[in-house]
Amino acid sequence: MSKDLSVKVAGVTFPNPVIAASGTYGFGEDYAPLYPLSRLGGISCKGTTIREKAGNLPPRIAETTAGMLNSVGLQNPGVDVFISKYLPELKKNGNVIIANLAGATIEDYTAAAAKLDATDVDMIELNISCPNVKQGGATWGTTCEGAASVTRAVRAVTKKPVMVKLTPNVTNITEIAKAVEAEGADCVSLINTLLGMRIDIKTRRPVLRNNVGGFSGPAVFPVAVRMVWQVANAVNVDVVGMGGITTAEDAIEMMMAGAKAVQMGTAIFTDPFAPLKVIDGLERYMTENGIDDLSEIVGSVKPW
Amino acid sequence: MSYRCGEYKLLKKTALAENIYSFTIECPEAAELARCGQFVHILAPGFTLRRPISVCEIDRKAGTLRVVFLVKGEGTKAISRINEGEYLDMIAPLGNGYSVSSVSAGGRVIVVGGGIGVPPLLQTAKHFDNVTAVLGFRSYGNIILADEFRKVCRDVTICTDDGSVGEKAIVTVPLKRELEKGDASAVFACGPTRMLNAVADMAKEYGVFCEVSLEERMGCGVGACVGCVARISRNGEEKLLRVCKDGPVFNAEEVLF
Repeated sequence: MSKDLSVKVAGVTFPNPVIAASGTYGFGEDYAPLYPLSRLGGISCKGTTIREKAGNLPPRIAETTAGMLNSVGLQNPGVDVFISKYLPELKKNGNVIIANLAGATIEDYTAAAAKLDATDVDMIELNISCPNVKQGGATWGTTCEGAASVTRAVRAVTKKPVMVKLTPNVTNITEIAKAVEAEGADCVSLINTLLGMRIDIKTRRPVLRNNVGGFSGPAVFPVAVRMVWQVANAVNVDVVGMGGITTAEDAIEMMMAGAKAVQMGTAIFTDPFAPLKVIDGLERYMTENGIDDLSEIVGSVKPW
Repeated sequence: MSYRCGEYKLLKKTALAENIYSFTIECPEAAELARCGQFVHILAPGFTLRRPISVCEIDRKAGTLRVVFLVKGEGTKAISRINEGEYLDMIAPLGNGYSVSSVSAGGRVIVVGGGIGVPPLLQTAKHFDNVTAVLGFRSYGNIILADEFRKVCRDVTICTDDGSVGEKAIVTVPLKRELEKGDASAVFACGPTRMLNAVADMAKEYGVFCEVSLEERMGCGVGACVGCVARISRNGEEKLLRVCKDGPVFNAEEVLF
């Protein structure tokens, strides 16, 4: 008696609510030797820019207590290569495909979004908050005006559902969420990584060549749950929750906080099978608790 | 590229030197797929990221892979605490190995290893009839696998930084002597970056094909996260290529050290 785990986010139906998070799953092919990618709810592809991007110098990765830091810096082959080389393969698997789009200027975003609009990607996720890329001081996601302007511009060039990925590195994330909702975002995803840093006390050098980087993994989970809960209470659009989700219990908790679907990232590095284990755990939870539709648990937290 | 991920039994664990362990792991499918110069990605119990460790020996008949690793930090320490009979969580085999098939039959191969870079060259040496090994270590107490190299190589030169065993020299001193003989077909190297740089320069000087195995901190290990990159010059362009999937073995002439 298999359960129907499907969820609808911004009008797009995902066969289950577990999505591979952008930047942790490449364009899928690296994990294809292990299991059919179609078992995932969806794949948010590696952040893509209008032109090829070389990324930051290594070291780009470091382990931290119950987490990790990264400063990849959006290395990617550019949107044209994504569309011609990777997207057709991904669509063959039957996955719901989210294109993750980043840019330095508004024109970068709109040019790439227009190209994606003409493809069969199911959704565009706007990365307005990569902590690893310097943009001459302007980081779109940390001000309401910046976040709104990118959302507005992209909204004007595509009919695809637009999901805006929010950064936690702000004073009040609900204000940013409301700003992008007002400009036509169909849903929001959060949280992107927290800005972090570690120092090697022997060399006195930061462990990352970029000095600072994005902090992710189980350690950030409580921050993510809190922000998802706050944002879900502040906006009417759908919310996709991420940040340190490792187990089915984590995913359920995130959904109770208000997420209609979840993304998993760092946990996949620890265990490439983690998303499948979460999907199985969700199904078990539904069976054990007599739940027929996962929307029953979305936002079901009963705050004190 | 095909690989496996699962829990595999640790059949045999030995200490080779201070903080250096040898694990023989039962994993028939991975052993069948493995090539010399590839690596395995082992989960340190309780940690978020796996630790990449090069394959030291492949025994397809026994269905085992052997890895030899140095305890460098808390993660490798946790791995070293796994006991015989217990299971370890491993992705294997990963990456591109040495291009052993590009060496013409009967050609003399020189393997050059430094410290904990020595292990992957053991399986590599086994591919050829005529192998010279040049192995460098800090001191007497750090020497590993020397006898095993002697079994599969025609000639083994050991050098140490302090002269406690063999020549008091860095590996490029005996390497130069070997290259002077003029009959080497290929050099396969693994070790500290500075050593690899010097080996690459010397092989180029003598016009001998050379491959080096690079090390970098890794995330996924399979190519997805682009967390481990090296500066590589290919087709006249500088690129940051993934050590895990595009390497870890690269043509030495391409590596921008």
